[in-house]
Amino acid sequence: MGQLLIGLINGAFYAMLSLGLAVIFGLLNIINFAHGAQYMLGAFVAYFALQWAGLGYWWSLLLAPIAVGLFGIVLERTMLKRLYHLDHLYGLLLTFGIALIVQGVFRHEYGSSGLPYGIPSQLSGGYNLGFMFLPTYRAWVIVFSLAVCLATWYVIERTRLGSSLRAATENPALVQAFGINVPRMITLTYGFGVALAALAGVLAAPIYQVNPLMGADLIIVVFAVVVIGGLGSIMGSIVTGFALGVVEGFTKFFYPEASNTVIFVIMAVVLLVRPSGLFGRSTRAR
Amino acid sequence: MVAVLVLAPFFVYPVFLMKALCFALFACAFNLLIGYVGLLSFGHAVFLGGAGYGSAHAAKVWGFPPEAAILFGTLVAAALGVVIGALTIRSRGIYFANITLAFAQMVYFFAVQAKFTGGEDGIQSVPRGVFLGLLDLRRPLTMYFVVLAIFLLGFLIVYRAIHSPFGQVLKAIRENEPRAISLGYRAEHYKLIVFALSATLSGLAGATKAIVFQLASLTDVHWTMSGEVVLMTLLGGLGTVFGPVVGAFIMIGLENYLATLGAWVTIVQGVIFVVCVLIFRRGVVGELGRLLRRPL
Amino acid sequence: MKVLGIAILVAALAVAAVPVHAQVSDGVIKIGVLNDQSSLYADLAGQGSVVAARMAVEDFGADKKGMKVEIVSADHQNKPDVGSSIARQWLDVDKVDVIVDVPNSGVALALNQIVREKGKALLISGAATADLTGKACSPNTIHWTYDTWALANGTGNAIVKTGGDTWFFLTADYAFGHALERDTEAVVVKAGGKVLGKVRHPLNTQDFSSFLLQAQASKAKIIGLANAGGDTTNAIKQAAEFGVVKGGQNLAGLLVFITDVHALGLDKAQGLIMTETFYWDMNDKARAFAKKFAERDRQIHPTMIHAGVYSATLHYLKAVEALKSDDGTKVIAKMKEMPTDDPLFGKGTIRADGRKVHPAYLFEVKKPSESKGPWDYYKLRSTIPAEQAFRPIDQGDCPLVKK
Repeated sequence: MGQLLIGLINGAFYAMLSLGLAVIFGLLNIINFAHGAQYMLGAFVAYFALQWAGLGYWWSLLLAPIAVGLFGIVLERTMLKRLYHLDHLYGLLLTFGIALIVQGVFRHEYGSSGLPYGIPSQLSGGYNLGFMFLPTYRAWVIVFSLAVCLATWYVIERTRLGSSLRAATENPALVQAFGINVPRMITLTYGFGVALAALAGVLAAPIYQVNPLMGADLIIVVFAVVVIGGLGSIMGSIVTGFALGVVEGFTKFFYPEASNTVIFVIMAVVLLVRPSGLFGRSTRAR
Repeated sequence: MVAVLVLAPFFVYPVFLMKALCFALFACAFNLLIGYVGLLSFGHAVFLGGAGYGSAHAAKVWGFPPEAAILFGTLVAAALGVVIGALTIRSRGIYFANITLAFAQMVYFFAVQAKFTGGEDGIQSVPRGVFLGLLDLRRPLTMYFVVLAIFLLGFLIVYRAIHSPFGQVLKAIRENEPRAISLGYRAEHYKLIVFALSATLSGLAGATKAIVFQLASLTDVHWTMSGEVVLMTLLGGLGTVFGPVVGAFIMIGLENYLATLGAWVTIVQGVIFVVCVLIFRRGVVGELGRLLRRPL
Repeated sequence: MKVLGIAILVAALAVAAVPVHAQVSDGVIKIGVLNDQSSLYADLAGQGSVVAARMAVEDFGADKKGMKVEIVSADHQNKPDVGSSIARQWLDVDKVDVIVDVPNSGVALALNQIVREKGKALLISGAATADLTGKACSPNTIHWTYDTWALANGTGNAIVKTGGDTWFFLTADYAFGHALERDTEAVVVKAGGKVLGKVRHPLNTQDFSSFLLQAQASKAKIIGLANAGGDTTNAIKQAAEFGVVKGGQNLAGLLVFITDVHALGLDKAQGLIMTETFYWDMNDKARAFAKKFAERDRQIHPTMIHAGVYSATLHYLKAVEALKSDDGTKVIAKMKEMPTDDPLFGKGTIRADGRKVHPAYLFEVKKPSESKGPWDYYKLRSTIPAEQAFRPIDQGDCPLVKK
């Protein structure tokens, strides 16, 4: 039972990260391999904010996404833009390269052992739930990520802004003709996706150790989540994120060594059976 | 090329050259898939590392002589290639990359867990032995020439595959698959054959590498190794004949040079990726080829 | 086309060939410090070990004796293949005569083999596996500082005697973790305790929550952490988060260094019991060393690994001086012949199986109120005399030891 909760907590991270990725890929057709590095950047911004400016956790929740989101916007404007007319795989390679650079620079400066970041005092301690002791902070993580995920889903699927965005990816020229500034929308959306990654990073900082490689192994798992959920389906990635977190949690209990791999097994199976993922829209012929 | 490689070990540290040759073969094999068929596999490390474990185990535990061990390792990779290829070849683009990655992770997990691979420690102290009963591989120069011979063999196979009717069909499939199919070519079959061939040659590289370094470890099956071979091939030039070789040598040289500086290696690799994708898409050999207006 | 191919390859080779080092003349004693400089073991060894080696060379007075000594260092990133490549390059091309430190038992085992083949010398301070003086013992290797058997014997025994008789292991899944778990389990069982369960985690794990949950579910009195460096500190931190100690269980850090305690802070680390073979505040000579060391290494105080590098390098240089040669196998033999004496470990000996022998100490981490300042973290609980601290020479299955 306790493992279920732990799984949900991990799932919350997966969900938030895959949400960002899904937004970026689903709406922009960009494969953002730098997502893991941007998650790491979010955690580091939180750390810096504390070290250099004495700004605590709550400020960082706001600051980090904005800062890293801006970084993402710059990235998009200067580099990603040029690749839109090419095969998607170039986007993947470019963002992969960016991830290597960012991670390398931070590793060089800060080593890999990690920097301390404390749990904010309002959220420390925990509840004894009988079957386990649940730290308050981890409960907060679940609640907050759920809130963010649902809010994002709502904006994209249910509001006008969201529908213009979706329309723009189907037929940019037509949408542009309606007077909507498509390139700017794309840039802002990329920035938003990146900001989501950074937000996840801030959430992670108190419990996972702020270290340069925190995003590296996470990124491929998150990719798997997005693919399983179905590239292009926002709700798909949210649900899959949480679900896979739980599955991983149970695997850690029954067969701990397999916990890293079970997600990939599922991905392979899903792709073989339903090539567009569980919730994917098969309108995308790729 | 042959002349240079024959003379090289007298000027340059042979172990370094052997490492570069193994990776050059790996990159050539990878290039078959991406340069000539247009499929980006993100799990190719499986073949490199899997073969490495196979040949290391054969040489150390079963006492195979090196040529048999290398052969065994290559066969392991070939088998993996056929199985994974059969399951993945129907996908394309990002899905293909993802599903090859998925299988690669599963093999990685197997490598971490299985007793015989030694987990984090790898298989160590693999004996080099005597090749074909004649050549004592413990002497670096002898080992080098054996590795060179293996590399040239692999390279020749790749070369012949490309410059042949088979290769032409591959190019046709890459350019326009539906049309190739309509012309009667069973694209799926061709793709599978190339995949298996690419896997086998990658395995040859990996199996040889395990004997040279007397070690088979997790690094060779990790997905970042798959990323490295993409980089080598991209840097050298996708779809060129000599590109992967050049790319491999440059990358290994860089790693060697920057090894003492730790994290700089990843930074430089990242920069190369970015630069190559943005402005240098044809790679070193590709650009050279364009300048000279000759296919390279 | 062939000409072009050749031209391209020459160019590539030229680029690649540049970094190969020119031959260095012998007559220079070259010491290579190889350890983890960027990942989870970077603080307990890392750059500090290079500093320690330098201090040893200076204190030995190499210059005054007319001996030329050079020190090089590199990062093995905890990967056996990276470590092997660097070692090969060093021994084949760069004329390195002795490799020192090498934390990470997997890398150490790989190097053990390579150094033996090439007839050079290996002085291990960082790695822990007791196999280095057991099945894998070699005439070219000396295992300094500590090993898994000493840790298990010290900490394991002490804890069981004070009532911690049910254990649950959280183990790092590689050579070191397995060795530590194996040796500690043997001690616990021999002392009458029981092992209720174990779980293996990958090296460099971020999230221990699910493993800790299993440990809590086992209701073992003691949760033994058979890991080191970042893994140990992460586990201890998250254990605090999940209320492990409040729930009545205790953590046993089977390999903890002063740098870990510093990273955790006394409020989280207090009460931890561990076995070490050196503490900077033990006596005047140690304090003097620590002061000099801290000035040179970002105010970090030396761990036992740093002390081991210093001690080993010093003894090595003494042996080379006596032998007038830096032939690896011969120097190691000479080092075993000569009794050791240095400011940090005092007098000691090196056994035939390559095991350096000295006393071990059981320490407990002070409460925040008991500490007078940064790095004042340990109080001594007991001393284990040298003859009892390490595995008896006949129990190790070392082929070098005549039965």
